[in-house]
Amino acid sequence: MLIKKPSDIRSSEITPKKVCFDRRKFLGGAAALGAAALTGRVGGELLAPGRVWADVAKLNVTVKSPFSTTEKMNSLDEVTHYNNYYEFGTDKYSPAKYAQALRTRPWKVVVDGEVLKPKTFDIDDLLKLAPMEERIYRHRCVEGWSIVVPWNGYSLSTLINVVQPTSKAKYVQFLTALDKESMIGAREPILDWPYSEGLRMDEAMYPLTLLCFGMYGEELPKQNGAPVRTVIPWKYGFKCCKSIVHIRFVSSQPPTAWNTYAPNEYGFYSNVNPNVDHPRWSQATERRLGDFFKRKTLMFNGYDQVASLYSGMDLRKYY
Amino acid sequence: MSVDRFVRYSKPAVFFACLVPMGLLIRKGLTGHLGANPIEVITHSTGDWTLTFLCITLAITPLRRALRLPWLIRYRRMTGLFAFFHGTLHLMTYVWLDKFFAWREMLKDVGLRPFITMGFTAFVLMVPLAATSTAGMIRRLGGRRWQELHRLIYLSAVAGVIHYYWLVKLDERLPLRYAAIVAILLASRVVIYLVERRRPGTRAVEQAERVT
Repeated sequence: MLIKKPSDIRSSEITPKKVCFDRRKFLGGAAALGAAALTGRVGGELLAPGRVWADVAKLNVTVKSPFSTTEKMNSLDEVTHYNNYYEFGTDKYSPAKYAQALRTRPWKVVVDGEVLKPKTFDIDDLLKLAPMEERIYRHRCVEGWSIVVPWNGYSLSTLINVVQPTSKAKYVQFLTALDKESMIGAREPILDWPYSEGLRMDEAMYPLTLLCFGMYGEELPKQNGAPVRTVIPWKYGFKCCKSIVHIRFVSSQPPTAWNTYAPNEYGFYSNVNPNVDHPRWSQATERRLGDFFKRKTLMFNGYDQVASLYSGMDLRKYY
Repeated sequence: MSVDRFVRYSKPAVFFACLVPMGLLIRKGLTGHLGANPIEVITHSTGDWTLTFLCITLAITPLRRALRLPWLIRYRRMTGLFAFFHGTLHLMTYVWLDKFFAWREMLKDVGLRPFITMGFTAFVLMVPLAATSTAGMIRRLGGRRWQELHRLIYLSAVAGVIHYYWLVKLDERLPLRYAAIVAILLASRVVIYLVERRRPGTRAVEQAERVT
């Protein structure tokens, strides 16, 4: 006969598993804070907000781009919980919450204007247009912060070559989707919706200019501009156009959202330039998210190779 | 319970209530909820609470008249000092966490960036008010002069709101909300002044109350 010996620890004294793990998380946080104080690095390690959006599909990334930087990348959590995407609210934490309402399938992108072969692409066809690359780029916001992100996509020039622009095409205009149902921020007339951005043809054709479908090997999270966006690493972040539905080739400089809102603050070119301050703040330094100390901002965000695009131009005038 | 005892016993409670925003911010910091840009969150939070406490402080005079609760004034020094407390933390965040004591850069900022000039002005205007907040200083200055000096809070609040308005990139709704509140609070003083001018005598009573 088996007589169970009562445990000498009363069940009420056993710390519930959840509390136990929460305590670990807390101690971990405290340790990280201590480490942060010693190393001057804060943020990333302390972040544990967890994902609030559905799992996104993996991408078949086959090419590691030579354009990639070897700098330390920011974490997925940092990059997905600190976003400027005014269609989903004007603070940095709203897009992670509200962008999940956006429907990214089915999705069509109209490519037309001064081209020989205008075409409406289904997003799934665009995904297959060229081998998917990984490009680890520095990304500098006009507000003075920066991140390093492993984007996935291919050069915009690939798409441009498919539609064959005519000699009249001098600029490319990009338009973000405008769906006031899901875009709670776009219901307010804060910018001239839909969000519009533009590039000169040579900038759009430049190999660094990325047509981007994903990051960290997965499709773009919605707050980062799913299902397709542009990334132009030598320009301030707002020059990228998120959730693109229309790419138009035009003969004259297209209106762009921030330039329309405040032309003296946000130029059409908006190349990263530590020597030309924003009228209200300095652009000489930036804070890489996760760093305590600010770092010097580099001309063209460190992508000096683009300098030839602007030879002979006064970058103070064409800011 | 007499009013006097109520005020005396409630003061510690009000004091701890005023510490709640800072406590929440510290808790966020310890649990890793300050987000990807913690310094920005700390800057915005301390700045916001400076303006909020300035508004609370400015609201006391109109409220005590409108509600006929003269004893409300006895919390005013505390809320005013909490405005100064958050303003100091806000400035320290800029000097220490944001600029890391790059004095030359900051000097340039104060000279070149109107929104920083304005914010710095708002803070500097609070300094003499905090310094003369003790009973001894009120006595030394004399009630009338003390009161005149402390009208600087009007300028400080206006400068604080302009500072906020000038720094936002696009969404001006929040600074405009503060602007509306400060405008109402300042306008109410004009109303009080006009009403009292018709009823001579009330001012003297008020003055006597304030000094005691």
